[in-house]
Amino acid sequence: MAKRSVLGLYTEEDAAADALDNLRDAGFEENEYEILTGTPYPEGTFGEAEPHHNLYRWPLIGAACGFTGGLIITAGTQMAYPLITGGKPILSIPPMAIIMYEGTMLGAIIFTIIGIIFESRLPRLFMGAYSEKITEGHIGVTVTTEEGRTDDAEEALKKAGTTEDIIRGWE
Amino acid sequence: MQEHEQLSQKQINDDLTRAIFVTPKWWLPAVTFLSILVVTGLAAFAFMVYHGVGVTGLNRPVFWGFFIANFVFWIGISHAGIMISAILRLTQAEWRRPITRAAEVMTIFSLVAALHTPLFHVGRPWRVLYWIFPYDFDRGIWPNIRSPFVWDPSAVGTYLIASTLFVFVCLLPDIAILRDRAKASFVKKIYAGLCLGFRGTPRQWRLQTLAGILLSALVLPVFVSVHSIVSWDFAVLIAVEGWHSTIFAPYFIIGAIHSGVSAVAMLMALCVWLYKLDRYIKPDHFDAIARLLIIVATTWFFFFFLEWVYALYTLASPEIALRELQAFEWPYGPLFALFVILSFVIPVPVWMFKRCRRSALIMFFTTILVNIGMWLERFLIVIPGLVRRSHMTFDWGTYHPSLIEILIVVETFAFVALGMLVFAKVLPLIPLFDVKEGVIFRHVIKVGRKTIPATIREGLPHHYYDKNH
Repeated sequence: MAKRSVLGLYTEEDAAADALDNLRDAGFEENEYEILTGTPYPEGTFGEAEPHHNLYRWPLIGAACGFTGGLIITAGTQMAYPLITGGKPILSIPPMAIIMYEGTMLGAIIFTIIGIIFESRLPRLFMGAYSEKITEGHIGVTVTTEEGRTDDAEEALKKAGTTEDIIRGWE
Repeated sequence: MQEHEQLSQKQINDDLTRAIFVTPKWWLPAVTFLSILVVTGLAAFAFMVYHGVGVTGLNRPVFWGFFIANFVFWIGISHAGIMISAILRLTQAEWRRPITRAAEVMTIFSLVAALHTPLFHVGRPWRVLYWIFPYDFDRGIWPNIRSPFVWDPSAVGTYLIASTLFVFVCLLPDIAILRDRAKASFVKKIYAGLCLGFRGTPRQWRLQTLAGILLSALVLPVFVSVHSIVSWDFAVLIAVEGWHSTIFAPYFIIGAIHSGVSAVAMLMALCVWLYKLDRYIKPDHFDAIARLLIIVATTWFFFFFLEWVYALYTLASPEIALRELQAFEWPYGPLFALFVILSFVIPVPVWMFKRCRRSALIMFFTTILVNIGMWLERFLIVIPGLVRRSHMTFDWGTYHPSLIEILIVVETFAFVALGMLVFAKVLPLIPLFDVKEGVIFRHVIKVGRKTIPATIREGLPHHYYDKNH
């Protein structure tokens, strides 16, 4: 079932925090409303829940993949074209370590970037209810819910003193 | 950071996106001039490909000339960008906020410029693919991973990819601002696509903060490895006595930081003058970077001194012959004196004075001197090292750069400047969200009878505040 979203705009942090309290009192779940700001605020400024994420796993997985790729490339190319130099073993560890190190770091960084984008719930194709005033300093509180509950959400947002009319959008 | 103005978010948006939506008068002539230089350099390269590397001044015994010296120089410049951004982010230095983006972007363009020159140097750049790509293109021959010419592309490639992705992720909130401010629907759509639908939820901001810290921590080891590997291009060569030194890796890294941080200071002055950003980059910022430069320059000089001590302490005749050539013989002797004067003797005493440190003009000129000096340093490592005029030298040759080489070197400088100007035309050179965060986290506290500026420490998780209340 298609959901609708509504957005209330505030200029004061306290008003946005009140809007979140009103939404909780009206029975909305944590995953139904979000704060939108144009700049990072200290966590918990609006009484919102702490966001949970698994970002720290991503670089570890990437590093393991990169290390494995580096090992395969360095060992594989030497064994595919074995050049015995000075009677030493075919697999030369010091240069392998250099390329494996770079591979490990590259894997970790690429996976971290993918992790950041994925954990940020991006890319987002539809913006839902959104206002350009958010990046100008307004604080937005958006509620995404079933169509029948949007009136309750609007009322909760208005009660906290929105500075503008409620903005509506489709998710 | 004591000096600040309390600006509204709208004011910050207006100031820092003005150059994107209103083209400054000087922009088009500057871009045209730089484009001509770039095209001239590329034409010189095309001439070289057609006629062969014989059109350069490279010949026995000097097979590495301007191209390689320039390569090392640009790798050095590229280092400070990410280094300064990463270290300042990790240490949460407040003065980093307006300068990180420009430094990071300079890293990317410098790396591309650095990659130009070795590719041009080989004469037939497309053949580079055969010796770095792990595939047997012909006769079952695979790349030789024991060669520094495979290490180099893997390290520089990793650094370039990492820096580009780092800049992209940190740009997302600022692109969202451009999406919201763009008037033309076509432009709006492009920015909307680029920002991936960023809206500024607490989760997205939390991950942005973590991205800055986590990626900084991951990029720093890569940064150290890249210039170490570049130094090993020289140091693992047993045949060239002057290069075969164990101190080369740290010496190259600290030299890179010296030239790179200087380039960032130069860039800060240009931002103030060209884009009128004096409300964001203040004398305090110049003061802070100059203090950092004093430490970096002194450490670099110590390594430079050690490199000479290690070389002369061996009493090996080729080493002594090389040092005599570098320091006392024409034309390298005067260049050597110039290099030491420009990169250390003039700037460091100047930076000791507070009034000089706080002046954009003085910082601009002293950091330009440093970079001229550091370019000469790379030249004096590469060329006299290969000339090697010791006894029993078979090839008694020297090196004179040709016009083709000079044009290509000029092209790299024009390319970086052009890249920065074009970037600043489409994306903000100062991170808007970082500056705004600084404004929000800024506070004043009362200590006894004194009210002093203070800053809330960023990036602390929820439970920290809960525990302390």
